[in-house]
Amino acid sequence: MNGAHDLGGKHGFGDIDRSQTENFAHEWEEKVFGLTLACGMLGKWNLDQSRFARESTDPAEYLASGYYEHWLHGLELLLVEQGVVTSDELRSGSVNSAHQPSAVAPEKVAAILATGAPTQLPDTTQPRFKINDQVVVINRNPRTHTRAPAYVMGRVGTVISHHGSHIYADEHAATAVKQARHLYGVRFEATELWGKDCETKGTSAVFLDLFEPYLISLADHVMRLNIHIAGPADE
Amino acid sequence: MGTETEHHHHHKPVSEIEERVKKLEALLVEKKLVDPRTLDQLVDTYEHRVGPKNGASVVAKAWVDENYRDRLLADANAAIAELGYGGRQGEHMVCVENTPTVHNMVVCTLCSCYPWPVLGLPPAWYKASSYRARAVSEPRSVLEEFGVNLDQQVEIRVWDSTAEIRYLVLPMRPDNTEHLDESALAELVSRDSMIGVATVAATV
Repeated sequence: MNGAHDLGGKHGFGDIDRSQTENFAHEWEEKVFGLTLACGMLGKWNLDQSRFARESTDPAEYLASGYYEHWLHGLELLLVEQGVVTSDELRSGSVNSAHQPSAVAPEKVAAILATGAPTQLPDTTQPRFKINDQVVVINRNPRTHTRAPAYVMGRVGTVISHHGSHIYADEHAATAVKQARHLYGVRFEATELWGKDCETKGTSAVFLDLFEPYLISLADHVMRLNIHIAGPADE
Repeated sequence: MGTETEHHHHHKPVSEIEERVKKLEALLVEKKLVDPRTLDQLVDTYEHRVGPKNGASVVAKAWVDENYRDRLLADANAAIAELGYGGRQGEHMVCVENTPTVHNMVVCTLCSCYPWPVLGLPPAWYKASSYRARAVSEPRSVLEEFGVNLDQQVEIRVWDSTAEIRYLVLPMRPDNTEHLDESALAELVSRDSMIGVATVAATV
């Protein structure tokens, strides 16, 4: 989804507020952090579903609220969606549904954090692109979760690395299925993204990690454009 | 458009959120879905145990040991694991090296992806809208706000963490530090220099 979270290149946010250098500003933020990780360890949802839940905050609300408010919104949404708590329980704060005690014991935390959630999977297909290939980010606007930001849609970049196959975030958020998709590091020149008069013309580039389904080769893209242009003349 | 200094903070009253969180915590504890000791341990881990000191030790080692530097740039996961760091939000690490001609900085425009095992949890500004919006489109202005004035010829590379690859910037070793050992060098390395919004100076 291209909601309010998709912030790359947006104007109007002003100077960076560096007055708060640490992560937590309030005790309740620590709680939200702890609750989110502890509930995540119940295994009812994955990180991509978590991200999608946070992104789905109303755009005006998203921009007006703090970071851990997004987390709180996401956590409450997932707890109800996955049937862990009922919305009535959430409102009232008192238990009124059956439940299975499944809290993760503190002794298990270190091992769970040390393992993390690696996303690399064995390749199931040959990579379509190789290093130095020119690629275009396909213009697609799914309402579901995606990790291709709006600011690279339709832009030309160069493949600089192949990270192997990773869990495809879009599918993982939508269905929790772990599909292997090739993941590439792609370089975009600043002028390609922001125009020839941009602040760092000729002296900067932005690098993104993009899944294969987000990309088309520049050659194929140009061919499609040619067909499009040639189309009406053929009629 | 002129420089905007007004910040966009319209947070809800703290008490309202505090109550909402308290209620949620009590509910989850009562349902035995969350163990309060687990909550404490999670917060303690990232408040006190895992933080930028980890990353600083990686950087200092890379400065004094060229073989380690090469391993770090070739396979950051393995090199960082040599020092005992890894795990959640650092499962797939890449290290990018600053040089006199290239400066790297890291952002996550879509959320707040950040290499937890080496840097801990991100500072508030890293997660806020302004940095996420501007780092990719006006990195030079952003760096100037952080007090970093790069030569116009220096190429700026901005890494937007859009998948599960996490980035650590290897800052340049400052001049006149030949006499310092690895642990003294590590003291010089700030969190911000490993995000790429600061350089490292010879004195703290």
